[in-house]
Amino acid sequence: MLALYLRDVKLGIRAGGGALVGIIFFLAVVAVVPFGVGPDLNLLARIGPAILWIAALLSVLLGLDRLFQADREDGSLDLLLIAGDRHMSALTIFVKCLAHWTASVAPLVIATPLLGLFMNMEPDAIGAAALTLLVGTPAITFIGAAGAAVAVALPRGGQLVSVLVLPLAIPVLIFGVSASYGAVTDPAPFLPPFLILTALTLFFAVIGPLGAALALKWGTD
Amino acid sequence: MAESGPDKLCLVANDLAGERGGEPVFAGVSFSLEEGKALTVTGPNGSGKSTLLRVVAGLLPAAAGTITFEGGGEEWPTPRSAAHFLGHQNGMKTALTVEENLVFWRQFNGEPHLEPDEALEMVGLGDIGHLPFGYLSTGQKRRVSIARLLVSYRPLWLLDEPTAGLDAASEAQFAELMQVHLEDGGMIMAATHLPLGLDGAQELRMEEGFR
Repeated sequence: MLALYLRDVKLGIRAGGGALVGIIFFLAVVAVVPFGVGPDLNLLARIGPAILWIAALLSVLLGLDRLFQADREDGSLDLLLIAGDRHMSALTIFVKCLAHWTASVAPLVIATPLLGLFMNMEPDAIGAAALTLLVGTPAITFIGAAGAAVAVALPRGGQLVSVLVLPLAIPVLIFGVSASYGAVTDPAPFLPPFLILTALTLFFAVIGPLGAALALKWGTD
Repeated sequence: MAESGPDKLCLVANDLAGERGGEPVFAGVSFSLEEGKALTVTGPNGSGKSTLLRVVAGLLPAAAGTITFEGGGEEWPTPRSAAHFLGHQNGMKTALTVEENLVFWRQFNGEPHLEPDEALEMVGLGDIGHLPFGYLSTGQKRRVSIARLLVSYRPLWLLDEPTAGLDAASEAQFAELMQVHLEDGGMIMAATHLPLGLDGAQELRMEEGFR
């Protein structure tokens, strides 16, 4: 399993892995917003966490369709599934999700403090946004795995993945953003939405890979 | 299979049927393959050779009938746990080196057998372990993929057109590797159009006519 994790991280980082595309997309979206919104610093600070979250959500979705498709095209997906008696398929998929998160999503979390400065956010707000992204983005990856597994056999299934996954990712977005706001605005609480966000991630960490394993089992041809 | 003892490995298919996308491709296929034996599956295009292999490997559900692996005990309870599958694609990553690819499959599949450089030596590619897989020619890629069968041990080899893209010398080399595997008590089931150069292989002929 560790071998699979290391292989997928390596593939994500090496040329053609696609990890860089998501990061550049994230940077581009966040960097463009201040130009569009105008020089109102208070407004930027207020919408900052929401913009960071939306940009992160979209960049995670961008790379997700390749999660199984690359393996399917070169035949490794068959070999990973044949090993199902040795390594449970859902666990294999869980590890693939973790590797995808490490290579493509963790860099977004690391870039968040810098982009928070672009949005004129307070240090507290930046910290809260980075923390909620750290906790919340794995949920998007796990949901996306189920979507990617459903669409794996379809040519140009990438757009379908985004459409399938987006509605399920909305709760993650809602609680992620409200926890980020809760950390800096006074009457709103931080802990309850943050704990719900954590619970969502744990929930989807179980449901997502199981759903993806089922979809792959019946979807191969 | 009354004659095969309890501890002898045996792959048994009973009245197996397969379908693809809801269309029946073959039906009523029965065979038994004991350890040390090879079975070549022949037949025209579209007669279901690949589908049969995928059903045996557990990648497709059988539409009817059963496929069992007898005598495997706890180590090889099902056909797929006992099988190496060599399909049309090689299952290797072009961005990784040949060595990295083989090391990965060796660790992931478990039951380590040969070292990756030994396995590459066996397929005549001893000096290219450091190259990215994407740089190799079609025949070399196929031979690396054959080396994957050697780095971790499985008694049953399921081969789908294994010699596609190989030259005559490599074909002979591969026939030798298969012979060694059979002598070690392995078993081979291969779908092919070309003779594989195996002595005493049983033949299963797939007939067309299911559409």
